[in-house]
Amino acid sequence: MIRVELVKLARRPRSWVSLVLLCGLPVLVAVFVAVTHLAPPPGQGPALLSAVLSSGSLYPAAALAIVLPIFLPVAVAVVAGDSIAGEAGSGTLRYLLARPVGRTRLLAAKLVALVVYTLSAVILVAVTAYLTGIALFGAQPVAATAGGLTTSNIAATSLSGSGLSPADIALRTIGAVAFIAVSMLGVGAIALFLSTITDSALGAALGALAALITSEVLVTLNAASAVNPYLPTRYWLAWIDFFRDPIVWRNIERGFAVQGVYVLVFLAASWAHFATKDITS
Amino acid sequence: MIVTRGLTKRYGPLLVVDQVDLDVREGDRYGFLGPNGSGKTTVVRMLLGLVYATSGDITVLGQPVPKQVGKVLPSIGSLVEGPSAYGHLSGRANLALMDAAGKSGARRTRRSRIAATLDRVGLGGIDNRPVKRYSLGMRQRLGLAAALLRTPKLLILDEPTNGLDPQGIREIRDLLIELNAAGTTVFLSSHQLSEVEQLCTRVGIVDRGRLVRQDDLETLRALTGRSIVRTPDADRARELLDGQIELAQAGRLVIADADTAALNSRLVAHGVRVTGIEAERRSLEDVVLSVTGSGSDRVDVQDGDRP
Repeated sequence: MIRVELVKLARRPRSWVSLVLLCGLPVLVAVFVAVTHLAPPPGQGPALLSAVLSSGSLYPAAALAIVLPIFLPVAVAVVAGDSIAGEAGSGTLRYLLARPVGRTRLLAAKLVALVVYTLSAVILVAVTAYLTGIALFGAQPVAATAGGLTTSNIAATSLSGSGLSPADIALRTIGAVAFIAVSMLGVGAIALFLSTITDSALGAALGALAALITSEVLVTLNAASAVNPYLPTRYWLAWIDFFRDPIVWRNIERGFAVQGVYVLVFLAASWAHFATKDITS
Repeated sequence: MIVTRGLTKRYGPLLVVDQVDLDVREGDRYGFLGPNGSGKTTVVRMLLGLVYATSGDITVLGQPVPKQVGKVLPSIGSLVEGPSAYGHLSGRANLALMDAAGKSGARRTRRSRIAATLDRVGLGGIDNRPVKRYSLGMRQRLGLAAALLRTPKLLILDEPTNGLDPQGIREIRDLLIELNAAGTTVFLSSHQLSEVEQLCTRVGIVDRGRLVRQDDLETLRALTGRSIVRTPDADRARELLDGQIELAQAGRLVIADADTAALNSRLVAHGVRVTGIEAERRSLEDVVLSVTGSGSDRVDVQDGDRP
């Protein structure tokens, strides 16, 4: 069944279009920055972008920062929201279940396909960004780490960081990729849950995005500080800490933990609802 | 093959299926007949484990459903509320995906099985165009192909001839009769009297969620004890059979006499030319109309509601 779901994912033009768009945006940004040599000053614009002029090997991280706020969650929410609701909407769900495909098995296969899509999206963005970065900005060793960080809570003025070797950057980028992938799975789990509730794929995707926007609003709201640590987007940018020297683990760990809880809770809810639901689509 | 006891489904306050006791026997071509919105599709969905019953028991192929539905579904081919497929893929690709999903036949034989099944439903020469460019009838055939892919013991078909032209309907009917002769039990849900009348051997009539009649088609279409005579000499026949004639119109007489043979010889002996004579049977339509109300897609004003 997992194979079937992967084949379905791969044979959908939409999957490829979304991946191309995801990879295309950072390339576009890189071209503009490379042509004009005008990176946003530290503290403005996407995280890490100001540092890439000094070395292209930081560009994967910058690229992830570019797609993270909207593009990536939208793509993941659309795929996850489509998983059950899409089958229901096209009427194929009843035939799949009558094949028979067990409901739990179907949900698990959908989840695997979603994980594969999310991972490929994040990794593809990182890889294309790395190639773009090296081609446009060169691969000088990175001198400034903490100093180049724009969304840093630490004073971004000192160039205190020690040099990072290419291997070091690669490792840190892998860490960032893993963190972002898990964050996106949190979004995916919410969308998947909504996807078992509604028969409209669009509704499920938009519902998940609405949840994210709500979270984004509450994160910035002092009055909501009581719930702040539990919001799904609270630690989304914590992966930037991978590029500090030494790595600041506190928020990264919390980020993993929060996303893990979201993924588990929403997957359990999806399963509980889908396994007992009347299929009337 | 299918036995239900007191099958009931409620959606909130709405009683959709009410105490249905189905009995479909092996080898039947069972027609599940009822007006739109009478709960036919909900029953079909419950038989397939898609919708869970509020109360009552279902046994399909000797196994309790939905508890053991995974065991029986591989032997069932189904078509529920119209066919559906992934529109951007070809018919073959759709069947391959469906075959690969769930407990399926061997992968080596998939291609040949698909080709044979497509042949069977009259899509043997189909090209690789995506299903979204199929006509309604082609989709219907493709859905039927998906149901037949595993040579099922039991076929559960909901309105299988929707969207087909008369020729296609005939073809599908012949196919179903052929499959039935080869040992497949056919459960066909339909609101089309003629479809059921021409195909089925047993009929269950459902109305507003209740099974109001279930019997062999022959029994339902019992003789009425009248004969129908066609003759160009209607006036002479009238003189002869005075008092027995219940209805006379344009050379067609309805006569209250069950003995067709005796009636015929009597008419002929008195010089009445007979162009046609037959014992009158109740039509399935009469049976259905006598036991059902109007469909639930008709909403009349209740007496108390009138202004």
